[in-house]
Amino acid sequence: MRRRVLVAVGALVMAGGIFIAAPKNRRFAALAQEKSVASEVKIDNFSFSPTALTVPAGTTVTWTNRDDIPHTVVSTEDPRVFKSKVLDTDEKFSFTFSKPGTYPYFCSIHPKMTGKVIVQ
Amino acid sequence: MSDKKNDVLLHDHNHDGVNRRGFLKCMAWAGTGAFCVMKGGVLNSYSLSRVAEIGAKESAGELSFVQISDSHMGFNKAANPDVAATLQAAVNKVNALSAAPEFILHTGDISHLSKPEEFDNVEQILKSTRPKDVFYVPGEHDVLNDDGKQFLERYGKGNNGGGWYSFDRKGVHFVGLVNVLNLKAGGLGTLGAAQLDWLEKDVKHLKHSTPIVVFAHIPLWSVYPEWGWGTEDSAQALGYFKKFGSVTVLNGHIHQTMQKVEGNVTFHTACSTAFPQPAPGKADSPGPMKVPAEQLKNVLGITDVNYVQGQHALAVVDSNLA
Repeated sequence: MRRRVLVAVGALVMAGGIFIAAPKNRRFAALAQEKSVASEVKIDNFSFSPTALTVPAGTTVTWTNRDDIPHTVVSTEDPRVFKSKVLDTDEKFSFTFSKPGTYPYFCSIHPKMTGKVIVQ
Repeated sequence: MSDKKNDVLLHDHNHDGVNRRGFLKCMAWAGTGAFCVMKGGVLNSYSLSRVAEIGAKESAGELSFVQISDSHMGFNKAANPDVAATLQAAVNKVNALSAAPEFILHTGDISHLSKPEEFDNVEQILKSTRPKDVFYVPGEHDVLNDDGKQFLERYGKGNNGGGWYSFDRKGVHFVGLVNVLNLKAGGLGTLGAAQLDWLEKDVKHLKHSTPIVVFAHIPLWSVYPEWGWGTEDSAQALGYFKKFGSVTVLNGHIHQTMQKVEGNVTFHTACSTAFPQPAPGKADSPGPMKVPAEQLKNVLGITDVNYVQGQHALAVVDSNLA
């Protein structure tokens, strides 16, 4: 009887151990996700803010148009690294920057609007 | 509104013998319908009600047309929640002109988001104008997403590649230019080498007494480069018109009227039929300018242009939609 209890307790302890371990793994996974951070650029008043955004490699940058006029987000490099469709008010565009470098871009409708993403 | 016009005209000063005070006074009337004619450097002005009289006296070979611009079909924000209604008001204004215009020039931003239904809508509304011909040039809002392919399909079949073209009416040579494609970061409007090449050839053999009307979306003179209100290579284009006695340049894009005379060239921008924009530098950005709803029609408008054979210049008259 005692042996059976011992085995049962042992099993419970082991199970407990597994339960304790599992959340830790999930936490690690969560931390790893936080590293590929989302970064925001606001489009308003015919400008990108911030005009220059510095992010770590692997970041997904999201542009949101808060202006009452449509805009686009188009890389100035040839060939273009990224090119959004036309963004009306409240529409978004996202791009994940995996390689370090400087990525200048502009609004192809209002070319005086320029910005850059610096990826480190 | 007249103050704004006075401020704007202070920028253009040219020594062609025009009495500046008289010119400014006349331009102040333009918002309410004055008719200003420059003849050999002398400015004459008449109230709109007398236009029919004048027209009747010199009716032989008269040409009359209308410029509308920036209808932005599809725009629905606070500055004007119903651009179809204001476009219709512009059509009504056109139909009420005593001298029936022969055709309409639309200087671009026909649509707001380059959507097919937006173009369809504008065409539908314009069907009820007395003039049956409408000539279009694109604005930057008309060539989104596809580098202008859709626009060319609709309005530019057979037009020289990039959609530029010319035609003649009653001895006046009209040139439609496209300066909203291939815009470069930090840049202004651009015509490009191919179009400039075509333009040079197009006007080369015309008699220098032929009146020329050039129409394009973005202004062909430097209105306010900080806001992109200008065209990088327009100087080269204007060079091809040096020998002509009368050149009228009609543009849109800035959603307000502005006029400048430089030698033989009269530059004119039209109001939008959709929403106004601020005067250069008077706001943070050139976005839609909100005005009280009851004032909206005062800041939207059409432009009536009259050419009388034998006269030196075209008469350009702006009227609002109120």
